[in-house]
Formats: sequence, structure tokens, C-alpha cells
Amino acid sequence: MEQNIIDYDFDEEALGFEEPEKAPAEPLGIGEKLSLAVLGFGILMFALQAMGMPPGGTWAGFLLVLLPVFFGTVFYFYLDFKGTVPGIKHDNIYFRGLTNKGVLGWLVGIVFTGFYIALYWFPEYLAGGIKIVNPLSLALSGSPANNWFFYGFLYTIAVFVFGVRMFMKYRHNRYQKIRTASVMFFQLGFAFLIPNILMLFNQPEFYLSYFWPLKPEYLFPGTLSYFVNHPGGLGMFLIFWGAVMTFIATPLLTYYFGKRWYCSWVCGCGGLAETMGDPFRQLSDKSKKAWRIERWIVHSVLVFIVVTTVLLWVNSATSGAVFGEASMSLKKWYGFYIGAIFSGVIGVGFYPIMGSRVWCRFGCPLAAVLGILQRYLSRFRITTNGDQCMSCGNCSTYCEMGIDVRAYAQKGENIIRASCVGCGVCAAVCPRGVLKLENGGTFKDRFPGADRPLGALIDSLKHA
Amino acid sequence: MRVAIIGNGVTGVAAALSIRRHQPNWEIVMISGESSFHYSRPALMYIFMGHMSYKDTKPYEDSFWRKNRIDLVRGWVNEIDAAGKKLIMHEKDPVSFDKLLIATGSRSNKFGWPGQDLDGVQGFYSLMDLRLLYENVKGARSAVIVGGGLIGIELAEMLHSRNIHVTFLVREKSYWTNVLPIEESQMINRVILEQGIDLRLTTELKEIAGNDSGRVRGVVTSKDEFIECEIVGLTAGVSPNIVLAEASGIKTGRGILVDWGFRTDTPDVFAAGDCAEIVTEGEGRNLIQQVWYTGKNQGKVAGEVMAGRQSVYDPGIWYNSAKFFDLEYQTYGMVRNVPVEGESNFYWEHPDRSRSIRIVTRDGAVCGIKVMGLRYSHRICESWVAERRSLDYVLDHLGDANFDPEFYEKCEAEIIKEIRKQAA
Repeated sequence: MEQNIIDYDFDEEALGFEEPEKAPAEPLGIGEKLSLAVLGFGILMFALQAMGMPPGGTWAGFLLVLLPVFFGTVFYFYLDFKGTVPGIKHDNIYFRGLTNKGVLGWLVGIVFTGFYIALYWFPEYLAGGIKIVNPLSLALSGSPANNWFFYGFLYTIAVFVFGVRMFMKYRHNRYQKIRTASVMFFQLGFAFLIPNILMLFNQPEFYLSYFWPLKPEYLFPGTLSYFVNHPGGLGMFLIFWGAVMTFIATPLLTYYFGKRWYCSWVCGCGGLAETMGDPFRQLSDKSKKAWRIERWIVHSVLVFIVVTTVLLWVNSATSGAVFGEASMSLKKWYGFYIGAIFSGVIGVGFYPIMGSRVWCRFGCPLAAVLGILQRYLSRFRITTNGDQCMSCGNCSTYCEMGIDVRAYAQKGENIIRASCVGCGVCAAVCPRGVLKLENGGTFKDRFPGADRPLGALIDSLKHA
Repeated sequence: MRVAIIGNGVTGVAAALSIRRHQPNWEIVMISGESSFHYSRPALMYIFMGHMSYKDTKPYEDSFWRKNRIDLVRGWVNEIDAAGKKLIMHEKDPVSFDKLLIATGSRSNKFGWPGQDLDGVQGFYSLMDLRLLYENVKGARSAVIVGGGLIGIELAEMLHSRNIHVTFLVREKSYWTNVLPIEESQMINRVILEQGIDLRLTTELKEIAGNDSGRVRGVVTSKDEFIECEIVGLTAGVSPNIVLAEASGIKTGRGILVDWGFRTDTPDVFAAGDCAEIVTEGEGRNLIQQVWYTGKNQGKVAGEVMAGRQSVYDPGIWYNSAKFFDLEYQTYGMVRNVPVEGESNFYWEHPDRSRSIRIVTRDGAVCGIKVMGLRYSHRICESWVAERRSLDYVLDHLGDANFDPEFYEKCEAEIIKEIRKQAA
């Protein structure tokens, strides 16, 4: 074995195989430089106006920020990918600080986290930015911008510019392109324009793409009585819509398509994760331990919100005779710890540290419901192509939900996991064509015992 | 009972797991000098390109081995003492065994080229090669890769991702055309050129030139052209790694000679995977298989035999897959590079030349299917070949075998039309 033995004291784990040396790259093209300059100009305009310089607060000021930021970023992504051959673009992911928990990654994490802390508890620090988007808020909703309008605006822009990045990155993959277009559509229409326009017509601010238990208040007695008493028929429609989505659409669509119909096609949280979060998807923890923690936390959150909802209804029916203020304080506690800290601060703030789906994986009670349905009562499955798997691990690495896809694929098993949001990236990155997302003709043939969903569910509870 | 396995690659691991399944109480020791834990060899390239970290390439969590009571020994075996039932280790206590599996894999071929031992010249097979490549890319601007096979194109992709200019010397008139029919091969030629790789067909390595300090400074080709470079990748195939077995007196040919149950000529010593050469009685040539899947399947059967079961290796219906830069490839059954008498080839290529399918028939039955840029179902294609389905039957059911992601352009209607036209 003379040639293979280079060093007897070779420790691959300690060595870690960081970035190999690189020959000098071609300098950034003029188009990319120009795009970045335009983006920089937009950011400068934002900073100056946020500090009170004119024309902050006017349409001119708003457009001076929006147009350069939007088009600068979009053109940068466009040109960055245009020169490459269509295909998987994961070179250097593990060598960049931003995408491998380096200094830049932590810095961005801190900035994101700081932004959410300001958003929830110190909105006065965002006053400069809020003022810039004020003309748009007045036009859309008829009322001045607040921190939530500012947030919704930024969110939508992020989904759009990074959506363009997804289009370019996956321009060889129609599943990814259609899915990305879908999350962009629902974010812009259902999560941004419609709620604001409803307000313009003095209707309740309502998000058609969110429902209980992700948006628990839509089934809280207080919200319902507010809608019922709202003049005009829309309030009743919204109650109806919320109930249909929760009790009919959720089980039905999940039965046919898996939870992906919501999590990676409609949901705004998913929309941001699938666009702005895409560069961070590999940071999710794939260990069995993380999976165990995930199951406990996400199902606890679900139990918590179910209990809170039930208590609120009992409380409302008994006019507070049974639980007094207890159910209200539960609701507040949930809103603070789960709604604000978990879904916002940790959910997005920790993208560059724990990956893009921290909230969806560990926290979202709707994902938990969809997951239980997907696991036991759905036609959706990821199938494995015979014995073609060579265990490389691309699928597991790029699973944003931290599923060890390879563990199933190398055994030739279907992947039937509650947490799978059906983003399709495992199938895309597989270099051997092994994985396929499918809606089968039945739910019964996906795993041994799948024909008895209730039995399978009870069995899995026994082994929790 | 104590089983020792030399090598923790896919064959060694498949054998260990199969022994554990059938013999819950046996002691299993797996020895490797290369890595502490099993990693996926085909994933080496992804570490270098930054797609994955080293730990991502490990198919099992580290705790898996303890849970399955498979002891891991890190070290190199110097000699097998088959009579004394022990392995003489380098700088470590000997490891005793009752049964032994040799799964030492392959070695990169070197054909005695002048200058092949200069610094900067290397193959690409192991973690050691990966680490050597980290050294060799320091200050490098250009590389020459010799040998147009799967490892060569992977190495080209890797170096290309580091902005190193790659010249790719291919002896044949088209890439991998000793395996692929010319149309598929030319498709890959185009992919290579599109990436900006300098592909030199019908060009061989004549000699590697070094400088005074013993480093490579360029190569001379068979066309007497000098190409300057700092790295030479020798990827002209691999051969069974039989050094240890040979030195220990175990019977070898090109590989370690074994029967269809992976027994060597030495009692209680087995060999499987890339390093094994299965002796075929009668006319047929001995069988050496050197891809991931055969390594896995051979290891599984070798483990069963070692565990005392009456298993016999059945190579089954051939399958393989690869990816050439962004072009995926899958093959099922028997598709020769040049059709032989009695075989008919039916071929469809997408007008944009990014996808193709080839169906080969023999004696009225489909015997092979090859797809490029398309994904086809292993199980379905395998069953068609095994059941000797007719071309008509396969065309009637072609859509069932498509394994492309949802919403992908389905080409089956076009394929069926074209192939029916060719068959008419």
C-alpha cells in the first residue's frame, strides 16, 4: 500500500478540510459592479432619509430607496448566475463565512435578531424607516405606516428579490421555479396587498393565507365576536374562511399533496425561508438528537395553543366564571414567547446560525398539525430510485428541515417524515437522480403499516 | 467468533452490517488507516468544492457503530498472518481474528509514465489524495488531467471550481467512448467544452516534465506538444488494491482471487468489492467490479457467507449512474459502446441536445436502457430487462419509468414517436 500511505497520523476530523487555495478569479463584471453601486446608492438614500434628510416621507423619497435597492439586487443576482451553466450552484457554500457560521454569518444573525427586537419592543428605533414607507401605506391602507407595515413591506421585498435569486439559481428546475412564483404571489397578494386594502375599505386587517393554529387569534372568541359585529358581510365571510382553511382545507389538501401545499407554496414564513433563507438551508442540525428535541418542542407548542384556545372558549362561554383571567394570561404569554420571540426573533434572526426553518421545524403549531396529517394520512411521499443511492449526503446536507434524507435513501426506503415541507431541494441536489416527490394514488403503500393510520400514530406515540 | 474487516469503505461496511444482522453476538472489528469513520467516497469531490463539510459525508452518526457493536480500529495493516490468524499492524498491537474480510478497494493506475512520481502529480481516490490535492493547488494556475473516465471529469470539475485552468487529455476520439456510445459521449464532450475545459481528444500523455526541485512544470503529449501546468491528475482508471494480500501470500491475479461466495484460497479469509476478482469457471472472463453499487452488493453477500449462510453472489442486472458537471446519467442492463451483431439500438435526443435515451434490444427483447439528462426508475427498467419485455411493451409503458421531478417537461411522447419510427 506504499502510495496511499502519506501520513500515519492523519486526522481528517481535526483537519476539517476547509477552503482549498483558489487561483485568482476573474474580476467582477461591470454589470455586477454597477448593480452593487445602484444598491449602495439605495441604501445610502435610506440611511440619509432615515436620519431626517429630505425627501424622506414623500413618494420621491420612497422611490429613491425602493427602485435602486430592488433593481440593484435583482440585477446583481441575475448577472451573477447568468454567466454560469444551469445546474446546482453550491460551490463554496462551506467556505463562506456568511453561509458557514463565520464572522459574517454571526454578524448578519445579530443584525436580523436586533431588527426583530426593535420591531417588537422598540419600534421607535425604526421610525426613520417607517417614515420612508409612509406614502405607500397611505395609498394602500389609508392610514400612516407603523412598524408592522414597514415589516410587511420589507418582508415582501425580501421574498421578491431573493425569489429572483431562486429563479436564476434553479432555472433548470421547473418545480423550484413554479414553487418560488407561488410563494411570491401569496406573499404579495395575500399577506401584503389584500390585508392593507381591506383596511382602506375600513374592513378588518385579515391575512387570508394564515389561519389557526399559526394565526391562533382567528379562532379566538374575541376575534370572532369582533368579526361578527363588524358592519357588512365581510366579517362573517372571514370567520367562514378561517374555519374552512383550518378544518377542511388543511386535512384535505394535505391528504392529496402533503404539507407542502402550505409550507413551501403558500405560507409567508415558508416563503421567506425558501427565498432569503435558501443560502442558509444547510445549517439545520441533522442529528437524531435534534430530531428528538424538534418533536418534543413543536408538539408542545401545538398542545399549548390548543389548550389556550379551548380555555378561551370555555372562559367566553362561562363569562370568566371558570378560569377568570387565566386564559387571557395564557394567550398573552403565547403571543409574547411563541409569536414574538420564537417565530420572529429566533425564527428569522437565527437563519445564519441554525438554518432557515428554525420556527417551521421547532415551533410552528400549524406545521405540527400538517405534519401529523402528512405522516399518517397523506398520499405524499418522497420515493427512492431503487439502489442508485451512493450515500453522498447532498440530500441531508441541503434539507432545511434537518431530515437525514440519506438514512432512508441508502436503504431504498420512502421518506415519510412529518416535518418534510416538500421543498424538493433534496431531489434537485441528488447527483444520481435518486429522489422524487410524489403524490401517490393512495396513502396505504408508503411504509409498512401505513394502511392503518391510527394504529401507526398510536405506535409512534408509544415510542416517543 | 471474531471477524476482522480490513477497509471501512462501502464494501467493508455492507459486510459488517450484514454479519451483524445474521450473527448478533459475533465480535466485529473494522480496520481503516484512511479514516476513523466510514465516509462516502463519491462525496470527496463535494468537500473540495465546498458543497459539504467532511462530517456531512459520513452516512452514519458516529454513535451508530457503538450501537451496532462494530469496533473501529484506526491503523494500517502491514501483513496478514493467515496461519496465526492475526493482522500485523503498523505501530499498533496485532489484531486477532477467526474470519477475515479484505476490502481494500482500488488504487489509481500509473502506467510507468516518465515523471509520474514528481511532486504535483497525483491520482484521486482517497482522503489522502484529497489532502494532497489541497497541497497541490497552492499557487497552481493550471492542471492537466490524464484519462477520460469518471474520476477524471470529477477532478476537472473540482479544479475548475478553484479557477484552475484544466486541460483534459483523452486517449479516445471522444470522452469515455470505451464505455459510452458516440452520441452520449459527444453530449458530454459538449458539456466539458461549455464549462471552459480544454478538452484534447485522441491525445495521450507522453511524459511529465519536472523542474530542478522535483516539481511538475508541464506535460508532453503524444502530439509532442508541451502543456505547462502545476498539477497533473492521473485518472486513467483504477486497479484492485492487492498489495497487502499479495505480500501476505493470498492468491491474486489482477485482483484477489475469490469464488462466488468471496472465499479466497486461504481458509477463513474472504475478499470483496473493488479488490476482488471473482473466478469464473469455464469460458467467461473473471469478474472485477469497481463501482459503488457492486461494492455494496458484494459486501452484503460476503457478510452473509461469513456469517454462515449459503449465499452466492448474483451480479444481477447491471446499473450505474454518474453526473458529468450538470448532466446526469443512468444506465440499466447492457448497452455497449458499439452495437454488436444481433443487437438493435434505438436512440432519441432532445432537439436542444440536453437529454437522450437509448434502448437496446436483442432477440426481440429489451436488454438495456441508457438515459442522459433524464431520470428513469431503476426498479422498472430492471424489471423490463429481467422479464425480457419487447420494445413495444417498453414503449407502451415508458412514461411509468420517468423519475424526473414534478413539472419537468415530459418527453416520452416524442421519444415513443421517434423510436417507433426507427423500429418500423
